Amino acid sequence: MNPVPAITRAEYCVIACAEAWRDDGEVLASPMGTIPSIGARLARRTFSPDLLMTDGEALLVGLDGTPEGWLPYRRHLTAVTGGRRHVMMGASQIDRFGNQNISCVGDWARPLRQLLGVRGAPVNTLNNPTSYWIPKHSRRVFVARVDMVCGVGYDRAAAAGPSATRFHRIPRVVSDLGVFDFATLDRSMRLASLHPGVTVEEVREATGFELSVAADVPYTREPTPLERELIRTVIDPGGARDREVVDPAPRTGEAGR
Amino acid sequence: MSDKTMSADEAVARLESGMTLGIGGWGSRRKPMALVRALLRTDVTDLTVVSYGGPDVGLLAAAGRIRELVTAFTTLDSIPLEPHYRAARESGAFELTEVDEAMFMWGLHAAANRLPFLPVRAGIGSDVMRVNPGLRTVTSPYEDGETFVAMPALRLDAALVHMNRADRAGNGQYLGPDPYFDDLFCEAADTAYVSCEQLVDHLGTAAPGKEAAPQTLLLNRSSVTGVVEAPNGAHFTSCAPDYVRDEPFQKLYATTPYERFAERFLAGDEQAYQSAVRTWHKEGR
Repeated sequence: MNPVPAITRAEYCVIACAEAWRDDGEVLASPMGTIPSIGARLARRTFSPDLLMTDGEALLVGLDGTPEGWLPYRRHLTAVTGGRRHVMMGASQIDRFGNQNISCVGDWARPLRQLLGVRGAPVNTLNNPTSYWIPKHSRRVFVARVDMVCGVGYDRAAAAGPSATRFHRIPRVVSDLGVFDFATLDRSMRLASLHPGVTVEEVREATGFELSVAADVPYTREPTPLERELIRTVIDPGGARDREVVDPAPRTGEAGR
Repeated sequence: MSDKTMSADEAVARLESGMTLGIGGWGSRRKPMALVRALLRTDVTDLTVVSYGGPDVGLLAAAGRIRELVTAFTTLDSIPLEPHYRAARESGAFELTEVDEAMFMWGLHAAANRLPFLPVRAGIGSDVMRVNPGLRTVTSPYEDGETFVAMPALRLDAALVHMNRADRAGNGQYLGPDPYFDDLFCEAADTAYVSCEQLVDHLGTAAPGKEAAPQTLLLNRSSVTGVVEAPNGAHFTSCAPDYVRDEPFQKLYATTPYERFAERFLAGDEQAYQSAVRTWHKEGR
């Protein structure tokens, strides 16, 4: 019998993304990006069976892709403002309090690089839980100050008042290095778990602001044998996850913290 | 009932420089591209374009027709970033009113309902407020006392949308899965021009079958000024279920300098465009 291949970094990322939707109940999971999509499907197949999912267009679909409902863009926006949704967005930049930018790099009036635009980030962050997925953790993304606040972070929501904070929640940020949350007194970003093989030093090196780090940071949990099987043979047999997050070369020495 | 059919050129001949023009569809999906191409053949310029932006924005930006753009994003969907839009923004070619997708929708709703604004829980806390210093907030007059953004009405001089089918009176039907916001664009506009894949005598039947499900009758003639038959008129964007996005052609569009693209594909009328596209496909790209 062949030995089961080791868990890849991408698979830890899938688990970390899937966990974002744990205990969410009957809400729409809106994953953006390959690994969050695999994670959402894994969550629905296992510990969050009530999640709603779309075909990426206007239909709500079951696990086999069979339509179970209709969700065109304007009703999608109702799901947002009604709070029956948990989105995992991307971020071109994100700061210490979870302010996110996908609009442009540089001065907004005359950007160095025009990106997508604010899209639905302002409405998302004020209305439904909004998590983030960053496939390549670096100082270019984890910045001291974002150039254009699209997704609203904890400090900006607090400054904007009760109407902004009422439904504001950023459950987690997942990157290829670890999982981050805002479970600190000042709601600044905290290293919640490291993906196995990653060190705290590595995360600090790749982050452009001061990160809260607990004395003993846990590792992102292992997939169960069933989850591993589902990821590899049912949800992503083509290995798209490993193209979004390439497994790092084996490190010499211990995986210390 | 009056016959509102006209050619694409007749429709855009009614547009004037300086107008506020809403364009339906979403990203690179069901965009009224034949009407946009017709617009590019006129001298109309200095436009305020209101759009969930796709190649409509890219083309008009590349041709220098936009004075101001109102949008939440501009994308080609399968190609995330619209190259001509990016270039125009990075060279400061036009003014931008950048709002959130939901704010944009409420702006259209307000215009369609003849309201000056609608409250929306979006924008506050974000830099949408910084880059739109004219945006105001409104406080709930009820006990909650909450504060919202008062999204101003996006009233349009004209709207351009593309349907799967329409009749001569201006009723329009979509057969794809998503209406986008096309009915709102028409209702928010003083005049609306609807291009369609197919012009039919009657959209409905006395005994509705699957295809004539009444909720597919998206546009009613009271908010439509002109109807243009334009088969393949959303090309190269998608127009489900009639056709999918022409991905190879979109890639060509995104990787070719605008002048060269325009020279080959936009120099003649719509027929010439469709023919040039067929030739390009036949040549094996």
